[in-house]
Amino acid sequence: MTRQIALIITFVSGFAMVASAFFKPVEHWGEDVAEWFNVLAAIAFVLGAANLAKVHLEKISSRSPGWGYSGLTIFFFTFTFAVGLMKLGVHPMDKFPAVAMSGEKDAEGSAFWWMYAFVMSPLTSTMFALLAFFVASAAFRAFRAKNVEAALLLGTAFIVLLGRTFAGVVLTGWLPESLSFLRLENLASLILEVFNSAGNRAIIIGIALGVAAQSLKIMLGLDRSYLGASN
Amino acid sequence: MSLLERLDIIDRRWIFLLMALAVSIPIIVSGMTGKTFPESATPTTQTAFDTIESLPAGSKVLLAFDFDPASAGELQPMAIAFTRHVASRDFDMYFATLWAPAPPLIIETIKSVIVAGHPHMVYGVDYVNLGFQAGNESVLKVISTDFKQSFTVDARGTPVTSIPMMADIKSTEDFDLIINLSAGYPGCKEWVQYIVSPTLSGDHGTELKLVAGVTGVQAPQMVPYWPRQLKGMLAAIKGAAEYEALVNASLMEANPGLIISPVFNEAQRRMAPQLFGHLLMVSLIILGNVIHFSRKRAGGTAVKALRSTP
Repeated sequence: MTRQIALIITFVSGFAMVASAFFKPVEHWGEDVAEWFNVLAAIAFVLGAANLAKVHLEKISSRSPGWGYSGLTIFFFTFTFAVGLMKLGVHPMDKFPAVAMSGEKDAEGSAFWWMYAFVMSPLTSTMFALLAFFVASAAFRAFRAKNVEAALLLGTAFIVLLGRTFAGVVLTGWLPESLSFLRLENLASLILEVFNSAGNRAIIIGIALGVAAQSLKIMLGLDRSYLGASN
Repeated sequence: MSLLERLDIIDRRWIFLLMALAVSIPIIVSGMTGKTFPESATPTTQTAFDTIESLPAGSKVLLAFDFDPASAGELQPMAIAFTRHVASRDFDMYFATLWAPAPPLIIETIKSVIVAGHPHMVYGVDYVNLGFQAGNESVLKVISTDFKQSFTVDARGTPVTSIPMMADIKSTEDFDLIINLSAGYPGCKEWVQYIVSPTLSGDHGTELKLVAGVTGVQAPQMVPYWPRQLKGMLAAIKGAAEYEALVNASLMEANPGLIISPVFNEAQRRMAPQLFGHLLMVSLIILGNVIHFSRKRAGGTAVKALRSTP
């Protein structure tokens, strides 16, 4: 019965979205379904938090490898949640100076803002920046012109790497106007706007057709994998 | 052991050190001298600039900040340049985001551009921060027909019905331009699919204009939408530097004595470490291939020698 209800909800929601896209009189159906989704998305935050707690508490309980990291995750998750919920260090709003926690939770100077500015922001930026080091090392060891395709990829990479910096201007800026299309910055733009666009458009169209077919299978109940392994 | 053989087994920490030097030295030099490389705009950047320039006075611009601190290195200079350009034209600015970590980045941009540079602008009249809304593309689907159904209050908790500049906003079609700063999902692609594409059919009157600033990883995927769905696009930090140079030049032309603060040259300053980082990458790839082919040649010679042995 539970499975059938899920299938009916899927069919009705999918049909409403498709109909709203093609038939103007029922355009509002799509908005209604999108609103349901917005409500579900808000609930999903709670479910997500519960799931995170469940997974990591299980790891701690069974002392599985790396359980210490799970402990840290739970601690900092709870700590951040409490700081935001209790509005620690929040200054009163100008409008209500007598009300202690009337300001915004992430206003400058609050504990939540401090954690964002001095913990989350530098940590995520650092993780992203580390890519430069690993990419450099990988390029040295693995980026080899072993065949024609790899050589073409290598040539393209050189043009884009140099053409997207001032090196392109220095190396090929001397070319006369009649040969300006050979300047590295112009070649980089050409690769991005012509060759890349053509390839990506083909991929986008292919994906769109695949998504349409897959969506139809899900709506009609032919593909039920989204209901879980037991279904 | 030959030099090439030694290089082939080099400890990767030497490569890390070289990359650290290639990036940090230009940052220090550029910071000390304040000098940047000259930038000439590529067509995608130029059309983004021209689209904003072509808007009439009193236009309404929605700025959607769909990114987080991890990609702020590329996108925050774009956000500042876009906001600065739009504010200099005295357009009405509506800030919003579909990314939970983005609200502080909006506040930072408002502080550095509007509060510091345009103190005459009034919150709720000239600009408004609508904050974060959960729901990804379904939020877009709703705001395409009823904006206030999703964004019911601003970031300060004030109902949007009591904000003066929200009075004329019924749906996204009431904006003259949407600027999206995108680091992934939900982002530029979703704005194209749910907000812009439906207006291109002709059923909705005027076509909605969308200009985007995207990360280097996203740029190849978004270029196919330019110039039809996307009227302009800043691709990675290079696009940000080009756009920043255009905005600075335009503002200096209007006010010849204007002194440009370093915060408004940030993207151009980041082109120096990018240049040396790229040069190091190219050098490493060439060196790697030299080693590869020399080993292959040596291996081939060894095989021939073995075959010729009786």
